[in-house]
Amino acid sequence: MALLQISEPGQAPDPHQRRIVVGIDLGTTHSLVAAMRHGVPECLPDAQGRVLLPSVVRYLDGGRRQIGFEARDAQAEDAAHTVSSAKRFMGRRLADVQATQDLTRLPYSFIDQPGMLSIATRDGAKTPVEVSAEILATLRQRAEDSFDTDDIFGAVITVPAYFDDAQRQATKDAAQLAGLNVLRLISEPTAAALAYGLDHGSEGLYAVYDLGGGTFDISLLRLQRGVFEVVATGGDAALGGDDIDHALADWALDRSGVVAQSAQDKQAALTAARATKEALSGADTAPWQARIGGVLHSVPVARAQLDALAQPLIARTLAAVRKVLRDARLSRDDVQGVVMVGGSTRMPAVREAVRALFGPEWPGQVLTDVNPDEVVAIGAARQADALAGNAAMSGQGEMLLLDVIALSLGLETMGGLVERIIERNTTIPVAKAQDFTTFKDGQTALALHVVQGERDLVSECRSLARFELRGIPPMVAGAARIRVSFQVDADGLLSVSAREQVSGVETAVTVKPSYGLADEQIAQMLKDGFAHADTDMAARKLREARVDAERMVLATRAALAADAALLPPEECDAIEVLLTETTYLAAGDDADAIEAAVEALATGTEAFAAARMNQGIRQALAGRSIDAI
Amino acid sequence: MHLPRPHTDGMAPWTPRLKLTDDDFTLFGLPPKQAQDRAQIDALWRDLQARVHPDRFAADGAAAQRVAMQWAVRVNEAYRRLKDPLLRGAYLCELRGTPIQAEDNTAMPGVFLMQQMQWREALDEAVDLPAVQALEADVATHEQALHEDLQLALDVRDDAATAAATVRALMFVSRFRQDIAKRIEALDA
Repeated sequence: MALLQISEPGQAPDPHQRRIVVGIDLGTTHSLVAAMRHGVPECLPDAQGRVLLPSVVRYLDGGRRQIGFEARDAQAEDAAHTVSSAKRFMGRRLADVQATQDLTRLPYSFIDQPGMLSIATRDGAKTPVEVSAEILATLRQRAEDSFDTDDIFGAVITVPAYFDDAQRQATKDAAQLAGLNVLRLISEPTAAALAYGLDHGSEGLYAVYDLGGGTFDISLLRLQRGVFEVVATGGDAALGGDDIDHALADWALDRSGVVAQSAQDKQAALTAARATKEALSGADTAPWQARIGGVLHSVPVARAQLDALAQPLIARTLAAVRKVLRDARLSRDDVQGVVMVGGSTRMPAVREAVRALFGPEWPGQVLTDVNPDEVVAIGAARQADALAGNAAMSGQGEMLLLDVIALSLGLETMGGLVERIIERNTTIPVAKAQDFTTFKDGQTALALHVVQGERDLVSECRSLARFELRGIPPMVAGAARIRVSFQVDADGLLSVSAREQVSGVETAVTVKPSYGLADEQIAQMLKDGFAHADTDMAARKLREARVDAERMVLATRAALAADAALLPPEECDAIEVLLTETTYLAAGDDADAIEAAVEALATGTEAFAAARMNQGIRQALAGRSIDAI
Repeated sequence: MHLPRPHTDGMAPWTPRLKLTDDDFTLFGLPPKQAQDRAQIDALWRDLQARVHPDRFAADGAAAQRVAMQWAVRVNEAYRRLKDPLLRGAYLCELRGTPIQAEDNTAMPGVFLMQQMQWREALDEAVDLPAVQALEADVATHEQALHEDLQLALDVRDDAATAAATVRALMFVSRFRQDIAKRIEALDA
């Protein structure tokens, strides 16, 4: 047992204790993976030195597939079997998608399914989860190559702030399918703010305007001494740069007087539109050129034309910015800066519109000095490092993210109405309870329907879970007192419990959305030869157990060294016994025994942890009263 | 480790002084008064979360995580009540033995109800965004006056009954402001 650990800032005291974790930006158009290297977060490149991976998967014969640039390059010629923008379909049924976008413009043949739609390819039906898993597995492989290991401990994956539970669960399912352990999902603008704030040492209130390929998010964050507080968040999960591509393609086709009939033609028109849009960020005019029906068509496009086409979409983003400010009861002048994130913020029209929204008198700045493609993955890598305990182990434990839930959670009440229990933009972790009663004499059961969303009607919200409280003793209507408690932990995971106060009968569920993939489905997909490398599960489990034990012992010893005075001597001795036991077992090969010892140590130190927490709180207050004087 | 050295304050050091069941003001070390400095409450909340949030104990194992979760939830609960003057006032009434009981106690002074009806009519008749915003400003002025009454009743007169009645009036106003917000949202979309 080392008595003293000497380490450089940013480096773990011992490589064994430093877990390799990554941050992944799973984007509509592009995806990236980032990790901490030598104390600095950076995006990991592929063998050709490219950090961006196009979020495109092409399905070939015989179960083969192309992922990334190869797939994107083949998109125009093999559109129906080359899936891009799968993120737009995550956790969505066909009807959900049809409500927000015109599917006839897309070259795919969709299959309607109860949980989530699929896309028919020559390799069979593929869910958006499977497509996303291919992209995630490619990034995992890239990280493993970069660190020369097959042991990536986990990942923080970013999602749009406005993703609901179904979309988040679908993202987690994709990660599981790709063999990635999800440490947490955080929202894209939050990740961007983490990266921006830590790199620039910024303090104060910032807005993050994130216009990606398929989603728009706006978040307000307050940065103060390493604490990142999400104040409010909003956006539109079906609005992005892709929509501008579609608008431009439609306009150009109209101008050339041709109709794109085949999947190939539609894709060619779109690909050309994207190229034109990108060229117009630098030039005043650029041609739109696409081969439609075997004939090359060319239309000159002025930047003003593109701006006019993009205007309605930009206006929708500005309305969302005004709304999030109203939600937070803040004015434009409270905002010190707007961090522009997402490839679509390269468009001059977007930058100008945001500047104009805040007005000429506004003292803040529109900040375009970050790499809009990379900043989200970098922020995710920072948070992954903190959640793996690496930052704390290396003395960098100064960063803390106080996140919120983006969508309200509630219960169905009489008449199909929603009673909101936890409002959106509430800081997590949070627990709230509300009392309900029976409405019929002698009613012995109560059905509970948990929903998510901002609308007043259950039919317009997302259904998350249904369960029943049974065994209520017969009483007259209104006499029972049923307390329903909602708890959302730091991971955003919701648990709901119900308890009849008089009789004490109770029931509880941890909510996993009913439309996510069932565990059996995931298992089946894994068995069906999903492309992720085989790992020796037993060896991995032992390695993990040892790392846990080492870290737990180290943390407990450090705690004892600082705060043994908080415990009576006999309790110190009891903890010492547990430490010795854990250290001894960790040297052996029995993973289960090590895990049991770590759990025993955890239980045995609970009172100590509580006492230390208490002391921490008292010191926070004591420090504050001194400041106040 | 993140927690600083223990400070000795004469108590048996292993006797925890704060409990999850302590009231919000005690937890934040604030006097149980309606008049509070919002910036100070925000700063205290951040400091407390920096000490108790589960993510700060990512490396410390399951026991610390469990304890941290309980405290982080409790600190957020207290913060939610303390930072909002309406919830804070209602909580103080309750601490002083006069719960609000909004469901059972809907009787309001006639003048106040008249005012409410006028506002509702004004909202129905408002045709554009500036009209709704003007109404909102008017309501905000009245709300501010009610908050001053509430503070006076709680902090100066120690009159919990009057305070509770004012809280109920403020709850009406708060609901109306939600309706205004919905209208603004619809007009601005």
